[in-house]
Amino acid sequence: MKAVLALKDGTVFSGKGFGAEKEIGGEVVFNTSLVGYEESLTDPSYKGQILTLTYPLIGNYGVRKDSFESDGIQVEGFVVREHQDFYSHRGAVKGVSDFLKDFDIPGISGIDTRMLTKKIREHGVINGSLVTSKDKIDVESVVEKAKKLEDYSSFDLLPKVSVKEKEFIDAKGIVPNSSSKARTDKTIAMIDTGVKLSIVRNFIKRGVNVYRLPYNVKPDEIKDLKVNGLFVANGPGDPERAVDAINAVRELQSELPITGICFGNQIIGLALGGKTYKLKFGHRGTNQPVKNISENKVYITSQNHGFAVDKDSLDGTGLNVSHINLNDGSVEGLKHERLPIQCVQHHPESNPGPWDTEHTFDDFVRELK
Amino acid sequence: MTDPDMADAIYIEPLNPEILCEIIRKERPDGLLPTIGGQTGLNLAVAVAKTGVLEECNVEVLGTSIESIEEGEDRELFKKLMIEIKEPIPKSKTVNTVSEAKEFVKQIGLPAVIRPAYTLGGTGGGIAFTDAELEKITQHGLNLSPITQVLIEQAILGTAGWGEFELEVMRDKNDNCIIICPMENFDPMGIHTGESIVTAPTQTLNDHDFQTLRTSAIKIIRALKVKGGCNIQFALNYNTGEYVIIEVNPRVSRSSALASKATGYPIARIAAKIAIGMTLDEIPNDVTKETKACFEPTIDYVVVKIPRWPFDKFETADKRIGTQMKSTGETMAIGRTFEESLQKAIRSLEVGRFGLGHDPKDKVCSDNEEIISNLKVATHKRMMYVRDAIKCGISPSEIHEISGINQWFLEKVKNIYDIGEKIELTKESILLAKRNGFSDVQIGTVVGKSEKEVRQFRISNGVIPTYKMVDTCAAEFKAYTPYMYSTYEREDESNPTDNDKKVIIVGGGPIRIGQGIEFDYACVHSVFALRELGYEALIINNNPETVSTDFDTSDKLYFEPLTYEDVLNIIEREKPYGVILQFGGQTPINMAMKLEEAGVNILGTQPSSIDTAENRNKFGAILDRLGIPSADWGTAFSFEEALKTANKIGYPVLVRPSYVLGGRAMQIVDNDEELKGYMKEAVNVSPEHPVLIDKYLANAIELDVDALCDGDSVFVAAIMEHIEEAGVHSGDSACVIPPQNISDSIKDKVIEYTKKLAVELGTVGLINMQMAVKDDVVYILEANPRASRTVPYVSKSVGVPLAKMATKIMLGKKLSELGLKEYKEPKFASVKEVVFPFLKLQGVIPELGPEMKSTGEVMGIDSNFDRAFFKAQAAAGVELPSKGNVLMAIGKDKHKIEAIPLAKEIIEMGFKLYCTRSTADIFKENGVESVKVPKIRDDPLVLEMMKKKEIQLVINIHRGSHPKSDSSTIRRACVELDIPCITRMSSTKAAIRAIKALTNDKISVNSLEEYYKEFNNI
Repeated sequence: MKAVLALKDGTVFSGKGFGAEKEIGGEVVFNTSLVGYEESLTDPSYKGQILTLTYPLIGNYGVRKDSFESDGIQVEGFVVREHQDFYSHRGAVKGVSDFLKDFDIPGISGIDTRMLTKKIREHGVINGSLVTSKDKIDVESVVEKAKKLEDYSSFDLLPKVSVKEKEFIDAKGIVPNSSSKARTDKTIAMIDTGVKLSIVRNFIKRGVNVYRLPYNVKPDEIKDLKVNGLFVANGPGDPERAVDAINAVRELQSELPITGICFGNQIIGLALGGKTYKLKFGHRGTNQPVKNISENKVYITSQNHGFAVDKDSLDGTGLNVSHINLNDGSVEGLKHERLPIQCVQHHPESNPGPWDTEHTFDDFVRELK
Repeated sequence: MTDPDMADAIYIEPLNPEILCEIIRKERPDGLLPTIGGQTGLNLAVAVAKTGVLEECNVEVLGTSIESIEEGEDRELFKKLMIEIKEPIPKSKTVNTVSEAKEFVKQIGLPAVIRPAYTLGGTGGGIAFTDAELEKITQHGLNLSPITQVLIEQAILGTAGWGEFELEVMRDKNDNCIIICPMENFDPMGIHTGESIVTAPTQTLNDHDFQTLRTSAIKIIRALKVKGGCNIQFALNYNTGEYVIIEVNPRVSRSSALASKATGYPIARIAAKIAIGMTLDEIPNDVTKETKACFEPTIDYVVVKIPRWPFDKFETADKRIGTQMKSTGETMAIGRTFEESLQKAIRSLEVGRFGLGHDPKDKVCSDNEEIISNLKVATHKRMMYVRDAIKCGISPSEIHEISGINQWFLEKVKNIYDIGEKIELTKESILLAKRNGFSDVQIGTVVGKSEKEVRQFRISNGVIPTYKMVDTCAAEFKAYTPYMYSTYEREDESNPTDNDKKVIIVGGGPIRIGQGIEFDYACVHSVFALRELGYEALIINNNPETVSTDFDTSDKLYFEPLTYEDVLNIIEREKPYGVILQFGGQTPINMAMKLEEAGVNILGTQPSSIDTAENRNKFGAILDRLGIPSADWGTAFSFEEALKTANKIGYPVLVRPSYVLGGRAMQIVDNDEELKGYMKEAVNVSPEHPVLIDKYLANAIELDVDALCDGDSVFVAAIMEHIEEAGVHSGDSACVIPPQNISDSIKDKVIEYTKKLAVELGTVGLINMQMAVKDDVVYILEANPRASRTVPYVSKSVGVPLAKMATKIMLGKKLSELGLKEYKEPKFASVKEVVFPFLKLQGVIPELGPEMKSTGEVMGIDSNFDRAFFKAQAAAGVELPSKGNVLMAIGKDKHKIEAIPLAKEIIEMGFKLYCTRSTADIFKENGVESVKVPKIRDDPLVLEMMKKKEIQLVINIHRGSHPKSDSSTIRRACVELDIPCITRMSSTKAAIRAIKALTNDKISVNSLEEYYKEFNNI
């Protein structure tokens, strides 16, 4: 199968197609992690994006049967240097091509992904169009499609990744085999802006029951649940579009302990009066150093975000920067000076990535009232 | 490292605790950094710490503490710690006797692994499958362990699904921890990681597997409180996901060097900064300049490392690879596919292969039984057998069953084979082959074209390599690392300057016998000189262990195989003013002619001069013309001719094939019978491959001369006198500067010949000559108009940076401008001694001869020869005794007679003398009384004594010992029991003098600067 990836600026990459035969468009981003394609492909925060992996050999260990980050592949398209149809892993049940096919997602391989990565680094994330076909592909038309694509910030992604109805996940009898001291029998309300299931698993593991709520849940509905805390999840798109979630946090800020991860960090920042901005090419990888300012200690973290909270916008919001990214100094965590509100921009639930900051969940659980 | 300007004071002294204590007392340093100098440095620091000198002199241990080192190194303490922090380790027990070992194996069952405590590179370890093996290996290990301790451990073997993984971890005083590079071994568990083919990053671990190991690694480094770098080896079972910790090295290691080169992250430099108290988040990342050293490098390419084994030099050695290191060096390759990296790495090994098969040397084994047994029991050839297996239709899954190698790797090998079979002379086909690492030679072999024809076709079709950068971050940040590798992609990042003052230096490749680290030293110095002259200096090399492949050594580093194709590709891209081939040993010399033909400007001595010097006919004619004596010699193109020539010259003669470095396949033969044997076994004589036959000058003094020549005038830097008589390969011979036993008139003759010959050969740069002095006649044996392995030794002995000077000469400077005048001898003595790998190579008889066998060298400096010789011996690990028992076993009767005065002296010095039968008899006839020991086959008394450490020194002078003779048995025992063994008359004399000199006098230490004060050459 043939494949063409065209960028908005007219750059064209021709390669081999794998996965589904299809035409798609999205924002082209790159992730530098050496391992973890199963987790990244199924991470809802990639909705609306075409994911490029910088490590050239992808598919080596195949794809496992279940326990992904969501119930399907979330990326719009997949870009790699070489996709491996032969895989070797005890837990794998299929190859990466078949996995993409199962979810009707196209992939391109055989292209100079380092060149593409440098392009994104220089230009910033850029819209692109990917076409895979058994027949000849009209390159010009692919370029046209890339040019016509609207800006990522206008994508309406939350309905695509959130639960439609309230769900209750009971921690009792599920997996309490955690030695964590923070284990409790409390319940949180989670605004599902596209939550990674590892986050849910981390709460459950600590004995916390979870109400998974639609992205547009109203503050009163949350109040009625009589929960011990509110959590705002990760998710795709421009955080400013998540008006309902922002509103809920704003309304409930003095009533419930509030925590959040990634997109949740941005929502909390916005809800309390801060501002967010788009990073040039985002932080996507599992090697990002984050300094916990109060501990003066650096943790290697997993990240996947294209937006960040503007640290200069926090004056008067009551929020302080608790974590910074050591590479560019951007905000990686917030903590309220008075209220039980704290959140991080990076992914303590990892998957993929280091487990070094899993203790963040203990901190979250400790805050529950 | 031992260059005078590397540090504020340099001590070239034996690495033993007494000396180090002396230096500490003299220099009174504030700190001691134990974790950078490998196992040697670590052991030394631990030993010194125990003496109390650190407290006495108020010296702080920098970085990881001695307690942590011991906790990581001492198996029992380490085991305790792992149990404490609940990290899994194989079932094991440390034992001090063989019977304890047997007792424990009753519990865990065989196979079991035996690991001696505190030995380098796992020396003396092994896997026992039977009780007899258990006994033998345990005893061997106990003997080698400085604390007579071995670990008996449950065997974790690849055939049971265990793969091997390595993580390089760093930690600072604030407890910040990072992983530099995860690596996965192609060879599963059971083979020492230094003996394994290794890939970076890991290929078959998923995120959960990798994070499991990563988390464990961080837990361990925290528990050990390491401050700096640490290497952790894991076994992970591919079938179950279970893992165990195999080994922890709380220091910078060989693997750290590999990880540094694989990622571009300078582990040792950062470790040193951590040692002086800096934290990772305040150390800048030199690669990106913007970010900090506190991050985890990520890469967007595949790295393959392959060890280089010395088995080409040791025909009789046991070539199986296992838990003991036998390789002398390694090579690394970088590519965008595994196939590409693997084939580039094979090409870099310099074993005459151009990739994984499909090359002219491809001898496919089609004997299934041979293949299967070679898949089961790994040797240095296992990779080739895997490939042969594929060719013979054995499936990757079957190969996996037999060898335990992860099937992913095997499928890749199969892919290489399949692509190789289908190569055609079309643009698309060649591009595919190139992206999978095929060389022009391989492509040519498949399509029936020459390398040049393929190259032309390839270039005319636009299939040329692109160069990508190694940047620690997979292009996430703009990087400034001038560190490139080739691949066949779309975008080229090499960004060559159009500087007309640009020079490429071709390096030496993997460390092997005959081509050691000395050549890297010369290359690095050449870079320094080029920079001093305002040139842009580029390096091409593929050895991850060297300084030349540090990305900040040169202005740009190309990490590439050293073949004509790969080197010319870079030259064509960079368009340098010239190329330097003189410093990298034989590797670059081998491509000199072809590069010249391709129009490359070769700086310094021209390839034709090198050819003249290596061509015996041309060289002989020059000597005749200049009236310089040479030993009789002849060339033979057939066996009959060889016999005739040898008889004409007269035995003994030295026989060897033409064009060799390191004296490969060279032998002294005494009669027709031996000559027949040699010709049959060692060389394939033919009209294209003649053999050279030289008169062997018995008992001559051999000399090495290093000189610089600017085309007109010559500076003789040093005359080195070999301690061993002529006939021992110059690379294996101990030697001394200045010479001790030749007269001034001989020296004048040596200088005169050197000058005449250097100019006559058109030398521009360095030249090395080998000469022999017999009956006051100076014979020229060889001239090599390029850097020799003696360059660093001479540079340090006389205080003249030869390679730097040579580089300047090659760029047009004259000796007079460089201030180099007449030959001058230092007032102190510098002795070079060599180090042999015999201990690691079972089945090899330690014997010196015209074939080079040593893998390294040491230097001893002192006020006179005797003291310097003693230090050189100590540095080489030979502790010359001052009292005790000496065993003498001398072969030929004339040698026995010659040894009589020595025997007398030994007795006078207070030693008790033991002799083998006939030696004792002849000594007795001449009035020397000794204790006679029986033949070993009658009574192994002498071996028993040696085992009980009742013999302190063995003098065994015997050439051409039969492997089963007593002489061979005794020598092998010396190696294994670590008893000093002298095998030459001249060395015996030197040793006796050295022992006398040091018996009543303490060893003293001086820095190089202190020595130089007395001898200022420039």
